[in-house]
Amino acid sequence: MTLLVIDWALIIEKLILIVVVVLASLVIALYSTYGERKIAAFFQDRIGPNRAGPFGLLQPLADGAKLIFKEDVIPNAANKWLFILGPAMSMTAALITSAVIPWGNHLEIGKRIVPLQIADVNIGILYVFGVVSLGVYGIMIGGWASNNKFSLMAALRGASQAISYELAMGMSLIALLMLTGSLSLKTIAAQQVGHLWNVCYQPLGFIIFLVCAFAECNRTPFDLAEAENELNMGYHQEYSSMKMGFYLFAEYVNMFISSAVMATMYFGGYDLPFFNPANHSANFAALIGIIALMAKVLFFIFLFMWVRWTIPRFRYDQLMNLGWKKLLPLALANMLITAVVILWLHK
Amino acid sequence: MQTLTNRSENVDRSPMTFVESLYLPAIVKGMGITLKHFFKKPATYSYPEVKRPFSPVFRGLHVLNRDEEGRERCTACGLCALACPAEAITMEAAERLPEEENLYREEKYAAKYEINMLRCIFCGMCEEACPKDAIYLSETFTPSDYARKKFIYAKEDMLIPNKNTEKEDYEKALGKDVPTTASAFFD
Repeated sequence: MTLLVIDWALIIEKLILIVVVVLASLVIALYSTYGERKIAAFFQDRIGPNRAGPFGLLQPLADGAKLIFKEDVIPNAANKWLFILGPAMSMTAALITSAVIPWGNHLEIGKRIVPLQIADVNIGILYVFGVVSLGVYGIMIGGWASNNKFSLMAALRGASQAISYELAMGMSLIALLMLTGSLSLKTIAAQQVGHLWNVCYQPLGFIIFLVCAFAECNRTPFDLAEAENELNMGYHQEYSSMKMGFYLFAEYVNMFISSAVMATMYFGGYDLPFFNPANHSANFAALIGIIALMAKVLFFIFLFMWVRWTIPRFRYDQLMNLGWKKLLPLALANMLITAVVILWLHK
Repeated sequence: MQTLTNRSENVDRSPMTFVESLYLPAIVKGMGITLKHFFKKPATYSYPEVKRPFSPVFRGLHVLNRDEEGRERCTACGLCALACPAEAITMEAAERLPEEENLYREEKYAAKYEINMLRCIFCGMCEEACPKDAIYLSETFTPSDYARKKFIYAKEDMLIPNKNTEKEDYEKALGKDVPTTASAFFD
């Protein structure tokens, strides 16, 4: 009978955590659109949206309301189910990645210890990779189902780009995993608390990972899948209303999640330098941890936008050359050097 | 070859080195440039609330002037219509009656005076042609409306308010208290 006893507290705490994390992802993605427009404006010596609410803070809500009330067109020649599945898949894949990210150490409620991570999977980083690859299907299916040659071409570009850059990304990650000896994001984050961050040991690996993260998120300079001036908006050309909104939204959620993954793996996660969590109460330390992680995430999101408004899109052959002829050999070299150094130090 | 300016540079067509082909140094340089712009003062005016200051010779919408006693200066001589390269001006003249001496300056006046603002190219020839200083181009611009018909401005649309009898409207028409800097809007 003991096997059937259900830990209700665990289920409730996980449910609350899931709701909070999903809502936080959505709100941050929502305000990333506002942030993007504001930051773009500042980079171009403009003011940016400032009409809806104070400083234009209600702009994302207005945008969302507009998208919902737009006519939702499904083209006659499109495959209806795949057409709906595309954005749904993009959004789902973007949202479930956050399950393995440790947002802080743990809370103490009464005598119960509540870890601030939805699931501590021991292959956490592989899970992230798997789910992120699923996001490509959203683009592929959307582009295919639209029954439009521009969309299809953009989808093909997006897929081949994602595959090419995932390779270099994985290679750069292997070097990091040699260092940490664990695939669990929680362990990786915990190892860095109070120590040097992983970026100090793996600067080249981090840069390769960062570049690949840009490509994985379909952000400029790698936004060939939605090249608006050559491919008529790319894979979401036929989309309208909230389906279109989902695609755009998924991009921002992806950006948030990959920022969180980068912060966790290379920049110490919830670690704040010169702050020893052992000297403070667990709840206070957890709060500081969450704030520290969010600050790092916001910095990365800013970096994403900064790069977007600085450089133009790569040409397709440049993209492939960079991925296969530059980043992959560099990642391999980085991996070999790391392996040799680790072996040499352990001898 | 002799160059026109001392700024010209020869294009370097040598193949990229490995570091260059990673694009990273160039990207970092570019990001430095954009970051400089990030902290620059925006060039935007929050338009309807804040208006850009214009030079005194700015040519905006037309104003029909009055003299010191508030009488219309226009005598409907038609020189402005003749000078107008866009043929935007039409008018009909009328003779002043004895009891209208406080309304019109000369014996002849414009009973009807119309400018088609969609035809007008705001060249200011009418202003130059006018022997009576009756027509001026103001600093008002962007005449927006919903129908093309409404862009044919009648005399009443352009006549400046009488500064003796409609003092407030006159001041408003001069537009003295419109803020012209961005800070004025945010204060």
